[in-house]
Amino acid sequence: MSGPSNYQPGSAFEKWLDTRLPIIRLGYDSIVDFPTPKNLNYWYTFGGILTFCLAVQIVTGIVLAMHYVASAQPFIEGSNISQAFASVQRIQRDVSYGWLIQSLHTVGASMFFIAVYIHMFRGLYYGSYKAPREILWAIGVVIFLLMMATAFMGYVLPWGQMSFHGAAVITNLIGAFPVVGDALRTWIWGDFAVSNATLNRFFSLHYLMPFVIAAMVGMHIWALHVPGNNNPTGVEVKSKADTVPFHPFYTVKDAFALALFMILFAAFVFFMPDALGHPDNYIPANALSTPTHIVPEWYFLPFYAILRAIPDKLGGVIAMFGSIMVLFALPWLDTSRVKSMRYRPLARQFFLLFVVACLTLGYVGAQPAEGLFLIIAQIATAYYFLFFLAILPILGIVERPGNAPASISEAVLKPGAARPAHAAAE
Amino acid sequence: MKPNIVALGSLFGLLAFGLAPSALASESKAHPKHVGFSFEGPLGTYDRGALQRGFQVYKQVCATCHSLNLLSYRHLGEKGGPFECFPAPQTEGEGEAHGTAHVRPICPATPNDNPIVKAIAAEVSITDRDENGDEIDRPGRPADRFRAPFENEQRARGANGGALPPDLSLIVKARHGGADYIYSLLLGYGENPEGLNVPDGKYYNPWFPGDVASIWSGEKNSVPEGGLIAMAPQLEIASQIVEFGDGTPATPEQIARDVATFLAWASEPKVESRKRTGVVVMIYLILLAGLLFVAYKAVWRNQSH
Repeated sequence: MSGPSNYQPGSAFEKWLDTRLPIIRLGYDSIVDFPTPKNLNYWYTFGGILTFCLAVQIVTGIVLAMHYVASAQPFIEGSNISQAFASVQRIQRDVSYGWLIQSLHTVGASMFFIAVYIHMFRGLYYGSYKAPREILWAIGVVIFLLMMATAFMGYVLPWGQMSFHGAAVITNLIGAFPVVGDALRTWIWGDFAVSNATLNRFFSLHYLMPFVIAAMVGMHIWALHVPGNNNPTGVEVKSKADTVPFHPFYTVKDAFALALFMILFAAFVFFMPDALGHPDNYIPANALSTPTHIVPEWYFLPFYAILRAIPDKLGGVIAMFGSIMVLFALPWLDTSRVKSMRYRPLARQFFLLFVVACLTLGYVGAQPAEGLFLIIAQIATAYYFLFFLAILPILGIVERPGNAPASISEAVLKPGAARPAHAAAE
Repeated sequence: MKPNIVALGSLFGLLAFGLAPSALASESKAHPKHVGFSFEGPLGTYDRGALQRGFQVYKQVCATCHSLNLLSYRHLGEKGGPFECFPAPQTEGEGEAHGTAHVRPICPATPNDNPIVKAIAAEVSITDRDENGDEIDRPGRPADRFRAPFENEQRARGANGGALPPDLSLIVKARHGGADYIYSLLLGYGENPEGLNVPDGKYYNPWFPGDVASIWSGEKNSVPEGGLIAMAPQLEIASQIVEFGDGTPATPEQIARDVATFLAWASEPKVESRKRTGVVVMIYLILLAGLLFVAYKAVWRNQSH
């Protein structure tokens, strides 16, 4: 993809195929011979881990869809348990290895988000969004948005208390938009409240979206393979000496990191499958009884905190969507000519504070929006936006970055030559 | 490279053990008494005796008001269930030859071949239709669902002063504190705190979620924790009705512990297979990771990075 292809068709069949559909060439150039910076650290293994997560979600999801019933009707006469709720329990109790498949899917959603957040923070830290990778970054943000929509709709499907009331809270936000809000909300519900119609369309879209994500991941990898990987120094590849072929060097490193990730994944699936969920979602949905605290899944908590930090409903909605939309503008908001924060002493401290702000938002997102929690949420929200809209634009101009190495090879061979920022700043 | 591994590890640690509980502990009050059930921990299994006694308590006491809609009688005899295995009936000659020392249990492949499960199901009368379409009552079969005490919500409320006894199929998973909560709640009834004006048909329980400020006439900042529950205390009566076949004394504590164990199983009957599989998967993954690490070191041996 980037640079000329080194693929040599070996057999007669490969030659025949290569002149018709060069699919082996594509695979060879992308995942075997692809020149990859030789200094990628473990933070760079999360791309591969995320691909694995998507595959797990799609495979387990397809099997679950064979058993799941998208219906809010009572599963037996006189019961307040819906068919949807009962079918998820049937999967857990009666389907062969259903407990495993279902658990892989719910825990898998959390694992997917852990990995994507690390992946995003890594991109932020090493300046992976900067030219010539703006499109690559933007596609990533689109994938993140699609993931959020998919996860949100997936959480509705078991039709428990949190499913139902979470769906009500979030879809009601649409009603905050002036003029069209009410009509739009009714259109999305397919009814005048969250109902059976809503459940059915959410199931339909929840099944569709992962394939859209898969297509976007293809685009993401394509956009990655044109400029090639960024790396911890942020210095572009200068010569062949700076790179190693993707296979076996990064296939083996990614595989090792993936195995570690799978250990964490399995610990949750087999020993604490409900640790990341909420007990209330094991209560069948009941429109007439609202849980005392409606909280979304942990991976939405920072955004939920931003939503509630703004006293005005419409303002909260705008802030919540804005917190993601601002990521699209990031490549142009960051004015620094140095990519990696390794060589940006000030930026690094602000980045660290940004990570703390995000974790804080996650924490207060699970608390009632009142008193001190509300104030903390507002401060953290303010910092979240300031980081992108003020700190990064200004820092690029006022900060005196440290000396980045001339090339990746220099950084690797003489680690002392280019001092990372904390030394250079003195 | 090393510091990165450490950083990554600590981040995982933070996410797994720091973030998760803090995100979820938001609304829990004082944690219920930690009972120390046999099924806790990564290797814990159910105590079969406790499961069987707990089922007996459910059948004789709880089932008067509470349904168990997501369970069928067959579940009792499935792998991991209370009656998965039973002692072999002794033939006369055998009893003399071997004494009564050791009886090998029988574990039928399907609950349909399990006489205990069949007998439990047959005790229940199920409403069905015969070949003419007429409504009939027939003895239950292992495949039948647990028969609910009330036909519908309205009947259930009508018989319970307007309150709906919740279905117990998932009660342990659906409450903060799980089995500990059930245990504490059942044993939590006592004298009402002085200054609390509990209305008729309601009972104060310190473990039941709620707010009793509106019926509290004592000091404003010392409102007792807990709420009003419509279920009367059950354990005193239960300890008089229930007599365990295995000779275990039916004390209130014992009944609470056993029924909490049974309900934990009812919430997740596959827990034992899950943990057993988990141990094998973990061993496999750790070996795999070790092997891949060696491969990684070998591949990168001569490559500066």
